[in-house]
Amino acid sequence: MLTALSLTLALLVVLAVVPVLAAQMPAGGRRLPVGMIVHGGALLAALVFAACGLGALLGGPVAPRPLMPGSFAPLLLALDGLSAWFLMLLGLVGACSALFALSHANQAPVRVLAAYPLFLAAMALTLLAADGFTLLLGFEAMSLASWVLVAADHDQGENRSAARLYLVFAILSGICLVPAIGLLAAPGGDVSFAAIRAMPPEGPRAAVILLLVMVGAGAKAGLVPLHAWLPIAYPAAPSHVTALMSGAMTKVAVYLLARLLLDLCGPAQPIWWGVPLLVMGAASAVIGSLRANVEEDGKTLLACSSVENVGLIVIGLGLACAFRGADLGALAGLAAGAALLHILNHGLFKTLLFLGMGEVQVGAASRRLDRLGGLIQGMPWTAAAMLVGVGAAASLPPLSGFASEWLLLQALLSAWRVGDLGFQVLALGVAALAALSAALATAAMVRLFGLVFLGRPRTPRAAGAEDGPWPARVALLLPAGLTVLFGLLPGPMLALAEGALQRLVRQDVTERATLAGVVVGDGAGAYLPIGIAALLAVLGAGIWYAVRRRTPAGVARSPAWDGGFMAPPQHLVCGDPVTQPSAAGFGQPLRQILGTPLLAAHARVAMPPPGDPAPARIEAGFADPSDALVLAPVARLRDAISAQVERLRDLTLAQCLMLPFGTLVALLALIAWLEAR
Amino acid sequence: MSFGTPAYDVAHLLGGGVLLLSFVLLYQRRLDAVISAFAVQGALLAAAAAWQGYIQGAAGLYVTAAIAFVAKAVAIPLALRLLLGRLGLHRTVETALGVGASLVAAVALVGLSVLVILPITAGQAQALTREDMALALSVVLLGMLMMITRRNAISQVIGLMSLENGLILAAVGVTGMPLVVELSTAALVLMVAVVAGVVVFQIRDRLETLDTSLLDRLRGG
Repeated sequence: MLTALSLTLALLVVLAVVPVLAAQMPAGGRRLPVGMIVHGGALLAALVFAACGLGALLGGPVAPRPLMPGSFAPLLLALDGLSAWFLMLLGLVGACSALFALSHANQAPVRVLAAYPLFLAAMALTLLAADGFTLLLGFEAMSLASWVLVAADHDQGENRSAARLYLVFAILSGICLVPAIGLLAAPGGDVSFAAIRAMPPEGPRAAVILLLVMVGAGAKAGLVPLHAWLPIAYPAAPSHVTALMSGAMTKVAVYLLARLLLDLCGPAQPIWWGVPLLVMGAASAVIGSLRANVEEDGKTLLACSSVENVGLIVIGLGLACAFRGADLGALAGLAAGAALLHILNHGLFKTLLFLGMGEVQVGAASRRLDRLGGLIQGMPWTAAAMLVGVGAAASLPPLSGFASEWLLLQALLSAWRVGDLGFQVLALGVAALAALSAALATAAMVRLFGLVFLGRPRTPRAAGAEDGPWPARVALLLPAGLTVLFGLLPGPMLALAEGALQRLVRQDVTERATLAGVVVGDGAGAYLPIGIAALLAVLGAGIWYAVRRRTPAGVARSPAWDGGFMAPPQHLVCGDPVTQPSAAGFGQPLRQILGTPLLAAHARVAMPPPGDPAPARIEAGFADPSDALVLAPVARLRDAISAQVERLRDLTLAQCLMLPFGTLVALLALIAWLEAR
Repeated sequence: MSFGTPAYDVAHLLGGGVLLLSFVLLYQRRLDAVISAFAVQGALLAAAAAWQGYIQGAAGLYVTAAIAFVAKAVAIPLALRLLLGRLGLHRTVETALGVGASLVAAVALVGLSVLVILPITAGQAQALTREDMALALSVVLLGMLMMITRRNAISQVIGLMSLENGLILAAVGVTGMPLVVELSTAALVLMVAVVAGVVVFQIRDRLETLDTSLLDRLRGG
């Protein structure tokens, strides 16, 4: 199996070279269909990844093996339960993204076509790595390739600054993760996972590793307060890349958290080990879902929703850490299982939503909610698929989002079993915040679907939107179908994650996962999605039948009163946009209630000076707390450092010579002092 | 080869001579005397390299010695004297740091290098190599000190080249250093001399002086 995966990685690297070579060929003559080749190859590779992941989940782990025997470093590859779970997700997301790209992005510039397969290959390499060096190699290659993709459309200044911000955060990740791996290394510098597992870190060393990994992987996953790049960089990238970044790349960062903190640091860590994860996860969940309610760009809204869902996943991981530290193995399995299920479910439905948004952008030429509306008429396929995704993101049963969030809340509500009072209070607060964020996410999804697909078109361009070609529709229907399927079968999916759970918490879930649903274990808590789905179906059919039965024959349809919302006049097909709620108006209540304290939201009426005939204006806006609390101090620090460094330019020649000489003498004195001790 | 044998004593004497001439370079006020001291240092360095070639039985070190003698004891001092003649320089040099202060600093640097080198190499290398390394590091540091304390461009160049002398002294003292290292060091020194000569002419043409502290005014802020 590893041979097939290595060959697939090689295929992706070759695919990255193809567009570069094709661009060198002389113009004229027959051009190669480069985009078709690249995206078709990426589709093939993604299917191999998904198949290998599923195979390893069913057939058991694969032992480590070097990628290239005789290379400069061991480069060990392996496939255990945890890697296989993420690899399967990567394969599914990659397949949808490549299908979408096949129909929409074949004319993309060379830099995008070359970076796309590299991005896929780097993510797969990170997941397959069985030693710290390969892990870092894959992770940094992933950061670099995705930076190229974020900067794809670099004609616009805002995209350039988005790419720059993204690069800064990627460098921060690297700066934190390299020393973290170095600290993890076993004595003698062996960084293979087996060696690290044999000698897990303890005490202050483990605490430093926790801090470094939280910052390094958290910056890539978009955890608050390191999420500033995410709502800016996601809209800048092409849609199929955004789907891959949200569906797979943030999950690779979560994989790093799980692998480094839960697996490699060993099961003997204390209870407080999970507290930073819980706190950052809860903050991300609330800030992300709240911002999703006030953003006015479709992709930015979905990016904020990603922040929220990653927060929920990290809450699950933190709970698993804490339960494991308190020797509550069964509950640790529950929390980790919830996190793993939500990783898979969120990966798929967020891919669906981003691809659907990309389809809307192609069809209606805009992502701004205020320029869309009524798309369900022109894009019924897209609307149906998006409805599934929106329902899952709003965690409605029996869709997939509900199953994992329900498990997570069950785990949170069991947190009182950890004896520590402080932890109990914290878990209570986190449970309240998680419930709040789930409710906020529902509101955001209602707003998204209502403004984009329902109502009346707000622009003529939105009135003329059409569904994409068939490959693009399949790219939407595949994740939509899987979202429904995984929603109906959470029990078998949890059983499939068995290998990953063994890695994370050394606990099996055989008695929790049944074919019909999931059982919490203690008490009567159980979720039977098939039963709920059957109940909903029976109810719906009953209502439909009753309505049909009660309807007298020969009914004449007449226009509904519809709250005074008239049909548009003949000369104005779209009607007056002002008669429909705007994106800002829809988000106004939540923005006033929660946005004022949390997002520093403000709105005021700016009156023109007396005598000026200009109209009064409402000026409204908000600022993410991380801008003021993280980005601004860092920017000030950078300015201060560069001002200090600038002073070096004014040194005289003798002082310039004095500087290295003084440094050298000081270092020599340090050596002499160290030896004298 | 340990303390008391002729091989050790002669090598130590020659290395110490090189270091002593570094001190001489520091307190000389007249430019032509500085050049003479530098030539003597080059000759002593060549002798030290040849002696090392003799006791190590390494023929390559004779080549090093020959290069050092030709370049450092003959060619470069001659070129510098020619330069002095063509520029018609006045014969005294002013120092930025007083002679007494720079000698005190030099003694402190020698002490520092002995304190650094001897404990590091304890029990690892021969006594001769250890002493040689300490002497060589002292010569390097003194060369740097000379570059800082002098304000005349020519004496700064000489400081740089006496620093290179220290490097070569370290290289020849270590048994088994490949010849290519020494050859490339020698080539580097010649290149430095050429570049420095060009720069000195340029400074002279533009500013009518060789006092490098006047260059500070000219830099863009």
